[in-house]
Amino acid sequence: MDDHGTGPAAVTGACLGERQRSIVTAGQGKKSIHCTDDSLAGSVSQRACVFCGARVVLNPVTDAVHLVHGPIGCASYTWDIRGSLSSGPEMYRNSFSTDMQERDVIFGGEKKLAACIDEIVERYCPPAIFVYATCVTGMIGDDIVAVCRDASCRHGMDVIPVESSGFISGNKVVGYRAAALALMRLIRPKDGEHVEPTRKLNFLGEYNLGGEMWLVRRYLAEMGIEMNVAFTGDSTVAALKQAPSSCLNLVQCTGSMHWVAQQLEMEFGTPFIDVNFFGAENTAESLRKIAMFYDDPAITARTESLIARETVRIRPVLERYRRKLAGKRAAIYVGGAFKAVAIIRQLRELGMDVVLTGTQTGKKEEYSTIAGLLNEGAIVVDDTNPAEIERFLTEMKVDVMAGGVKERVLAYKLGVGFVDHNHDRKECLAGFDGAVTFAREVYVTTCSPVWKYLKSVPGGA
Amino acid sequence: MAPVSRADDTVRQVNENQCQQCMPLGGIIAFRGVEGAMALVHGSQGCSTYMRLACVNHFNEPVDIASSSLNEKQTIHGGEANLKLAFDNVRRVYEPTVIGVLTTCLAETMGEDLDRIVRDYHKERGGTGCKIIPVPTPSYSGSHTEGYWAATRAILSRYARPAEPHRRINVIVPHLSPADLREIRRILDMVGVEYTLLPDYSMTLDRPYAGTYRKIPEGGTRPADIAGMPGAPLTIEFSTTCPENLSPGLWLEQEYGVPPERLPLPCGLEGTDRFLAHLRKVSGHELPHQLETERGWLLDAMADAHKYNAEGRAVIYGEPELVCALTRVCAENGILPAVIATGSQNSRIAACIEPMIAGLDEEPVVLEGADFAAIGRAALHAGVNIAIGHSGGKFFTERHGIPVVRTGFPVHDRIGGQRILSTGYAGSIALLDRITNTLLEQKHGSYRRLRQEEMNTEVPGVT
Repeated sequence: MDDHGTGPAAVTGACLGERQRSIVTAGQGKKSIHCTDDSLAGSVSQRACVFCGARVVLNPVTDAVHLVHGPIGCASYTWDIRGSLSSGPEMYRNSFSTDMQERDVIFGGEKKLAACIDEIVERYCPPAIFVYATCVTGMIGDDIVAVCRDASCRHGMDVIPVESSGFISGNKVVGYRAAALALMRLIRPKDGEHVEPTRKLNFLGEYNLGGEMWLVRRYLAEMGIEMNVAFTGDSTVAALKQAPSSCLNLVQCTGSMHWVAQQLEMEFGTPFIDVNFFGAENTAESLRKIAMFYDDPAITARTESLIARETVRIRPVLERYRRKLAGKRAAIYVGGAFKAVAIIRQLRELGMDVVLTGTQTGKKEEYSTIAGLLNEGAIVVDDTNPAEIERFLTEMKVDVMAGGVKERVLAYKLGVGFVDHNHDRKECLAGFDGAVTFAREVYVTTCSPVWKYLKSVPGGA
Repeated sequence: MAPVSRADDTVRQVNENQCQQCMPLGGIIAFRGVEGAMALVHGSQGCSTYMRLACVNHFNEPVDIASSSLNEKQTIHGGEANLKLAFDNVRRVYEPTVIGVLTTCLAETMGEDLDRIVRDYHKERGGTGCKIIPVPTPSYSGSHTEGYWAATRAILSRYARPAEPHRRINVIVPHLSPADLREIRRILDMVGVEYTLLPDYSMTLDRPYAGTYRKIPEGGTRPADIAGMPGAPLTIEFSTTCPENLSPGLWLEQEYGVPPERLPLPCGLEGTDRFLAHLRKVSGHELPHQLETERGWLLDAMADAHKYNAEGRAVIYGEPELVCALTRVCAENGILPAVIATGSQNSRIAACIEPMIAGLDEEPVVLEGADFAAIGRAALHAGVNIAIGHSGGKFFTERHGIPVVRTGFPVHDRIGGQRILSTGYAGSIALLDRITNTLLEQKHGSYRRLRQEEMNTEVPGVT
């Protein structure tokens, strides 16, 4: 049992006592955070489910059909959910469902699934179909693996099962694994297939939400390095199948892709390095790491000149925002720890004080990294909920929060600014230009003229 | 009667791009219309989170929805312990007066006996002062529309008590925007009848900024008022498309003999006229002059816009009741409702629109249980130039350049879904202006080029 010590005094009253062990204060004692557990029933967790995790990882495969095997809701809520951008195919922006009815639940949905696959193949002939299991199909024991195998044989194409029944866990990370297994199934060369090794690299855990993959590809091109494929932003089935040909894998979103990188190393001997393109410092560091791997003086020289040029270019702009934002108090609540760490660094580069950081799916080691980055007294929280967020934002006198859509509306109701670092954003937040865009996002919301009118309401923020 | 197609001819099994949400979501919205209520979804964590997202994106309001957070273990051994723990935790943090429990496909497939679990919970915990109302809402049994009606009916049947006859009429509304509910209330207040509106989420899903934040928003129909609904002289229910077994108004008639008047939505001239004609009868006196003035403004607007509207060929889609209302608005303004579609499977839509579309220049295509693949194909085939419905129609614009007048639920790619007003004379003017101006914007953006192209190409056979 971990030493839980005492939680911050802020979390009392309307917040649940059992949740105290998932809340720690940076710099105070040896209390270790309780995390990765199932969500507490009735706590109004911000987490989603296994299906959600699998769907967000695979959805950016642009030319695949994504078929959700279950009743209508699961497909409806995830239709075009992730704003990842495509340079061509648009198939992934459609949402296919087997639309299970009561009779299918009673008599089994395998026949309907097979019929749906046949219809899709006949109408669209996609290069691959991902078939997602949902709560009900898992519960009634539909054998989607067998149905997919038969369909693959019947049509001579990839029909890949994704075992993502929602009830398996409320933690998206479990769904990331289901997606990873599906990706490995797709990538692994079939008998007789051979992939020629190249000097290209893959970019894992990058979903091209605002064109980030394209930006990094441009940097790499300038350095003299070619990108093979990203997992899975703006990827195609054919490009993913070439993934084993790369000499290096970059891993950005570690939560979703570390395991895939390990598999690729085991099966194809491809080494991997962790990178992070959110923030100017992180970007420079990541580019140097990549150049070091290639160990080519020409590449190193081009990399250094790129970094020098971009750093000088954005410095005055960032300095301008820094003057406006220095000393403002920020909160972060996001899905994974990778993103949380990236945002902490960026906010600190802007001179801001990060007083609260939380994630839905962080691990113990990741939380200690986070706590290490924060000033004493800052709160670190796992799997929080609206009641706690309300309390933290109010009591910690937060000026701006970064997070997802569900947190945004609450922040506004409390008169707190908000930065969309989520699937809903439309701007590129990576690289040197992304650092400027991010700073601008933080500035326009933190220093918006609207807050002074809200503050003028009696009792207002 | 117009033939109703269930889906298009080529794709019959797979649903491609959904026109509806799932059943518990509708139940959540209905419970938001009861004072002091909190909704809890009995199923895996993802269900409640997805529904929160859908509500948050549309209403731009925090919509807290609890979950029993079922995992693998409970799925095998039963979710009772988790559900009871969820009740405890929701009561501690939110202090609700009622918890609405919406079941999911998972809970229903597991065969959870909600009535027994709730009974046991009350027995174990003693007087909690908190009502718990379970509603079976598996996604495989219907859309959010049916979930809304089922929850409204369950709320009514749990609160209703034999009551002394009183003067307050019952007004039961389908899933509309909070702004629409406020307009219906404004009309009722102006006419001066006493009423109970159920469910009333006009303030809970569109709260004014008020300084202090409350976890459960103020507003909603008061439980005491719901309990008294059996004593009402009559029920007005805007539910021409609601299946009889889900109609709260019909339940009140069966159980307590309250005469129901099932009206179309008070949307457009005829729809609003019918509502007001009933209010005149109920109130026994002439309507306030203000409403006559607003009616005059609507007539004036209809005349001003009729020639522009005559160029409209519309695809209308969404929840059945709204779709019928929009069809009527189009028909009475000379806009051709070329394709009329709903994702719901048992909508009675064909019978409802029959009188509106009789005598139109072209027979509309009517789709029930439709997805956007079917709706899109029908719309393109019919050559529509305007879409009227929720954000699901965004591809009409993106892929085909057909503008969408956003109305209904969900509106997730524009702000202000909670404020979209389409009811009453005032709301009908706002709706009509949105439609006409969308047609005009298209016209002004294209007519120079189109005339130039038409007039300067050679006509075949003419030398």
